[in-house]
Formats: sequence, structure tokens, C-alpha cells
Amino acid sequence: MASGRRPEHQAPPEVFYNEEEARKYTSNSRMIQIQQELTERAVEMLNLPEDTPCYLLDLGCGSGLSGEFLTDQDHMWVGMDISANMLDVAQEREVEGDLLLSDMGQGMCFRPGTFDGVISISAIQWLCNADKKSHNPPKRLYKFFSTLYACMARGARAVLQLYPENSDQLELITTQAMKAGFSGGVVIDFPNSTRAKKFFLVLFAGGTMTKLPKALGTDDRAHQAHFTDTRERGKGKPRKSVKKSRDWIMEKKERRRRQGKEVRPDSRYTGRKRSNKF
Amino acid sequence: MHRATTTGERLYFRVAKNVGCMLLSFRTTMRLLTHNMLTSHVKGVTNGYPLKLQAENIKVMSVDFNPEFVARMIPKLEWQALVQAAESIGHLGDLPRELMPEYESNEEFLKMAHHVLMEVEVIEGNLECPETGRKFPIKNGIPNMLLNEDEV
Repeated sequence: MASGRRPEHQAPPEVFYNEEEARKYTSNSRMIQIQQELTERAVEMLNLPEDTPCYLLDLGCGSGLSGEFLTDQDHMWVGMDISANMLDVAQEREVEGDLLLSDMGQGMCFRPGTFDGVISISAIQWLCNADKKSHNPPKRLYKFFSTLYACMARGARAVLQLYPENSDQLELITTQAMKAGFSGGVVIDFPNSTRAKKFFLVLFAGGTMTKLPKALGTDDRAHQAHFTDTRERGKGKPRKSVKKSRDWIMEKKERRRRQGKEVRPDSRYTGRKRSNKF
Repeated sequence: MHRATTTGERLYFRVAKNVGCMLLSFRTTMRLLTHNMLTSHVKGVTNGYPLKLQAENIKVMSVDFNPEFVARMIPKLEWQALVQAAESIGHLGDLPRELMPEYESNEEFLKMAHHVLMEVEVIEGNLECPETGRKFPIKNGIPNMLLNEDEV
């Protein structure tokens, strides 16, 4: 994303990530840093059991930057990517995980219940594009999510970081994920910042209903009004009484008395309506 | 600002170090562990498991032994498929054909499993779908699982 323009608009992933683009992922320290921060956050949200080496899947692993972090955490991982050039770079970097050249939209080629967790950094949005005549994004997304669900262990989580182009895209992706049987939702880190805002699709494969992790950079109290459903009456400024009512007349007489003006004394007839006869 | 620069530099050196290693050896990656998890996903295949392994070039690396991980992975494995795959490339060694009970505490057994699962790697070869006979080539340690348009 160094160019600032969306790479999905330029070419299909296997073409866009050519040798030159792949090199950037080993030489551009800013890209490396962003990638590592995103991976760290994704792994945090996976909520893996502590001190247990897990078997993880990295979708769109590219040059294996995120995999390196997984290795540091003593996890074993398998990486998938559609770009052969990126995988070549990953191999040159001597990453620990096993690599596969595969297209997510064609479905996963793993046995059921294989993985303890799945992460993906900036990859899923590529599935929204139809790069070939035969591509149908909703179908490819459904194929991807349904086969992903199958190859995850029960109760495992998938944390997929993505850059959706617009809300329609995000809805397309989440709809297909839910259709495939996943529960979960989107966690948005730093929602009030244009640059730091990050979308994570957090999916649960079966298991008990779990709460979504809390997004970073959100302080509910600072940005939202406190909600209560109680009605409060008689607080604040007292209401003015209705004009020409007895209360209003009494108030007016009181006021004029205070002003030192001549006022008729109050009686039981004060403010009373005249009878019809008159 | 200053802190950001130093992090960047540190990362840069790490990368430079990796590029240096690249010149000495290529780390290749297709373990039998991964093979055990792979199935064929060609359209219409009902039982694409296990993929037949045909290896032309095999490498044995030494990987740190992590008994906890191996013990955790064994229940997930198809033991018969592992034995078959290891035998077909001639690296079965002393690995028992049947999974023994109480393997978690048997370190000798875990070590053997670790060797077959993690240290034997296929560099060049083929994975063949048992049903359709479709071959997925392994090149430079990376299996190519891409399907043609008519196979999706």
C-alpha cells in the first residue's frame, strides 16, 4: 500500500505482487513495521491458550512477515498465497512455516478441523474483485468462508484484517461469512481516525457464543451520550403557569405587590370564572 | 520520532541478516505434517484424501524438538496416511505403523514422530489426487494447489 492507491484496482494479486513489489516487503521498513503491528493485534484477538504451541493458518502470507511473528510466539504455521513471487521472497527469508501456492477463492485444501486459529493481514479485500471472466465475488467469498469453516477446529477463531473499499464491500464479505456458518463480526480499531483506522473481521467457528474483543482507541464515555430510559419530570427550570389561570393571576398579583402597586386582596373569588348569567 | 527511527533501523538490519542467509542456503518447505493435512479440492471430488506423494528430491533438516507440539498434533493426524506417505518416500525409519497408547509420555516415540513430521521435507515432486489423478506439482518446496478454471 506504499503507493497510497488501492492495489486491487491495478492488477490481479498474482500479477500485482511481482518480483519488484515483493522486494518492497523485505526492504521497506515502514511496510514491515505496519505488517508486524497488524499481526500482533490479530494474534492478540485470536485469544489462543497461553504457552501452548498452536497450528495456525496465515492467509495471504506473502513474504512471511506475519509468519515470523508467529514463529517468535512458538507457533507452527502454514502460509497460503496466490503470488509465486511473494512466496519466493518468503523462502529466501527462510521462514519457518510451510508455504502453499493457492487461491483463497478456490477454497481451502485442508482436512476438517486442522487449524487452531487463522489470521490474514490485508488479503480478504482482493476476493471482492472479479479479475477473470469466470470470477463471481460472492460465490468465491462463500466458497472461501465455507471451506475455511470446515478446516478450523471447533471453537477456533479467524481474525482477518482487511481494507474494505466501502461499506457495501464490508457487507458483502460479512454476509458471506455468516452464510457459511460463522458467528462474530467486525472490530474497528481507532474508528475516529482516518489513518489509524483498522478493520478486523473476527469470526468464530462454532463453539459457545463468545463476545467480540474490544476495539482499540474507543472510549464509549467520551464520544457517546449516556442512555437511560427513565423520564425525569419537575427538574430544571419550573414551568410558567398557563396564562389567565388562577396560578398565573396569583403570581401576577404577588409580583405587582412586590413592585409596591395597589393590588386587591386575594379571596376565594380570585381567578374564578363568572357565571353564565352575567 | 527518534524512537520510530531506531525501530526502523533494527528491522532493516534484521532483513539484511536474512538476505545474507539466503545466499548460504535455501530453506525449503513441504513437511509431511503439511502433507497430512492437505486434501484435493478439485470440483466433484468426494474423498480427495490422502494425496499420493511422489518425491523426486528430499531433504532432511534438523528442527528443534518440541514434545508438547508434537503430542498436541498427533490426535489431529491421520496416522495411516502419515505412515503411507513416509513409506512412499522411504523415510519411515522406526516409526510404528500403529499409534501406540499413551504416546504423550513416550519421549522416544514423540522424537520419531517429530523427525518424520517436521524434519523430512520434499523439495521437488508431485501430489496426486487419489480420485481424479490430478497432479499438484511441488516446486522449490512449495506445492502449487492452484486449480484451472474448469476444476473450480
